[in-house]
Amino acid sequence: MKTHVSTVVNGDAVEFLCSPSDTLLHALRNEIGLTGTKEGCGSGDCGACSVMLDGALVCSCLVLGVEAQGSQVETIEGIAHQDKLHVIQEKFLEHAALQCGICTPGLIVSTKALLEENPAPTEEEARYYLAGNLCRCTGYDKIIKAVMDAADVMRQGA
Amino acid sequence: MAALTYHAPNSIDDAIKILADASLPPKVLSGGTDLIIQMQRPKAPESLVVDVKKIPGMRDAEWSEDGLTLGPAMSCAEFTKRQDIKSIFPGLVEAAYLIGSTQVQGRASLGGNLCNASPAADTIPALIANRAICVIQGPSGTRVVPVEAFVTGVGKNCLEQGELLAALTLARPEPGTADAYLRFIPRTEMDIAVAGAAVSLTLDSRGVCRNARIAIGAVAPTAILVPAAEDILVGERISDEVLAGVAQAASDAASPISDRRGTVEFRRHVVGVLTKRATLIAAERAGAQL
Repeated sequence: MKTHVSTVVNGDAVEFLCSPSDTLLHALRNEIGLTGTKEGCGSGDCGACSVMLDGALVCSCLVLGVEAQGSQVETIEGIAHQDKLHVIQEKFLEHAALQCGICTPGLIVSTKALLEENPAPTEEEARYYLAGNLCRCTGYDKIIKAVMDAADVMRQGA
Repeated sequence: MAALTYHAPNSIDDAIKILADASLPPKVLSGGTDLIIQMQRPKAPESLVVDVKKIPGMRDAEWSEDGLTLGPAMSCAEFTKRQDIKSIFPGLVEAAYLIGSTQVQGRASLGGNLCNASPAADTIPALIANRAICVIQGPSGTRVVPVEAFVTGVGKNCLEQGELLAALTLARPEPGTADAYLRFIPRTEMDIAVAGAAVSLTLDSRGVCRNARIAIGAVAPTAILVPAAEDILVGERISDEVLAGVAQAASDAASPISDRRGTVEFRRHVVGVLTKRATLIAAERAGAQL
């Protein structure tokens, strides 16, 4: 039996039907059609499916879709402002901080959460905060450069 | 994932009724970072999931004159941001901060860590060292159980069908009290404790230990208290000799297993070292001049 869920995704009221055993990740991709959030491991280890749920950074593969009832969800699709990329997205492109791209949406969502919590992280703080986002291509060096550069630019803009 | 029926009651009474009347195996959902993985296992049985996060108080932490009442479903992310808690129980907050990634901490809770009852759970030794009490509500009323008696085996706790961990309470520590938690993992983050040690001690104005609680984790089927180490500390100032005795007592109390993350010998040794170091940190926090 499917359950009716009313939630808010990236500021828009959204209604969807899902089975109680479906994850939020499944609901986002298959019921709502927001495929920017990626499935990596499906067990909360890799962070590819990172989203914000009521202000907390979570793995959407470890959330039931029905738990989103009455919640606020923010995904990678809500980060750019219309056609204008977010600074973090621009910096990931500028530093070529991606190769295959599966980890990138999760890393960008997590980086935004990091910089909202701590606008001036040290490299070590950034690496620890993002330790739950695995990238098997880049070796992280370019990712961290992009994160630190984005932090600098965002601080100047603030 | 296995089929499930989902309930999100708005009160403890409703939750207890659903749990007590369940025809399927009932599972309490807090952060889900263990439960959802377990339900995804092949051949996981159909279950009835009771999400307790909508129950008022389940995600709050409130101080009274007596101490802290902690909603067991509060996420580690919310818990570790609470400076008022960190200033009183820094070791407990550190234990919560060591669990999983930022994403896992966004969901995982202290109550879930406790009910899941992994031998390697980080917050259980820290709760035991701080004399935390489980407030359990069920069809026949409320009962209280100290955390060290709540966990009864690997993955097992003392909850009967229909019962729910409704709150964790921690008495406000006496002046001169501080805690610390340390664990060993082969990596620098995102791993499971190979051994862990939590210490809470009270020093008087002369630096003499008046009270000590020491709990070790990941070296026995459940986290265990080490009364022999506590006896060595009480009545003494912190010295190399006392610390060596504390370390030996913790090593002696351990009954670990060998697995791919550590051997019996290694775990036994390391839990002693961790206990010694956690004692030092707790003593410094309690104002010892070392």
